[in-house]
Amino acid sequence: MPLLARLLVKTALIHLALGFTFGGLMLANKGVPFYPALWRLLPAHMELLLVGWTVQLALGVAYWILPRYWQGGRGDTRGVWLAYFFLNSGVWLVILTGWLGLPPFWFLLGRLLQAAAVIAFAANIWPRIVSREGLG
Amino acid sequence: MFYLAAALLIGAILAARSVWTLPALVNGLGPVYFHAFLVGWITQLIFGVAFWMFPVLNKEHPRGSERLGWATYILLNLGLALRVMAEPINGLRPQAIWGWLLVLSALLQWLGGLCFVINSWGRVHPGSRRRQENKT
Repeated sequence: MPLLARLLVKTALIHLALGFTFGGLMLANKGVPFYPALWRLLPAHMELLLVGWTVQLALGVAYWILPRYWQGGRGDTRGVWLAYFFLNSGVWLVILTGWLGLPPFWFLLGRLLQAAAVIAFAANIWPRIVSREGLG
Repeated sequence: MFYLAAALLIGAILAARSVWTLPALVNGLGPVYFHAFLVGWITQLIFGVAFWMFPVLNKEHPRGSERLGWATYILLNLGLALRVMAEPINGLRPQAIWGWLLVLSALLQWLGGLCFVINSWGRVHPGSRRRQENKT
């Protein structure tokens, strides 16, 4: 597995562990209330598991497994590096906006970064989606 | 597949509230619907495919620890089944038994997720040198 795929997949695994931890704490707190403020973890729980885990894992596996160029392997990686940084800063910006009570602008910026990440990734990966004969 | 079918059936039951008057127990099925879909189907499908497709760890243990793989499966499904049963009942008639079953459910699912992360982490590696030369 190439470096970028490993980075994406391992960061996704960290987000999975964190998202499951938050979810477990909230569910336990629902059963036997011990710290009501735990409900504030709900947006972070959803963000970590839907974007930080599921989307990021899909990007990592796609980068690893989609057809490679005949010469040049996976080609120019800059778009995927950009996607990695945009996606993760987007996830944490959205989470921190809620936790720290930042102005809504930062929430919007987080979402825009996530969208930019997927666009950068799609632009990079698009030419690799070809048939066995090399047809797009 | 079982959880996908179950989630869609629960979704249909939730939708039926707009047509018929259903028992109050149905109102507590919202979180069960989401988690049957997202944990029972999507997460479990990802876990299964990752266990199958991630790079092999080594010749002796190609898929890492089979025990951790089984633990992931059993803990996740047992935890989720407990949630499906206890959460609506606890919402309708909160009692210590249902509350503690939710705590147990949270613990089991969290441990299941952790087992997956631990077992998958080592399998996200660069691969053998010969393979690397072929792949760039």
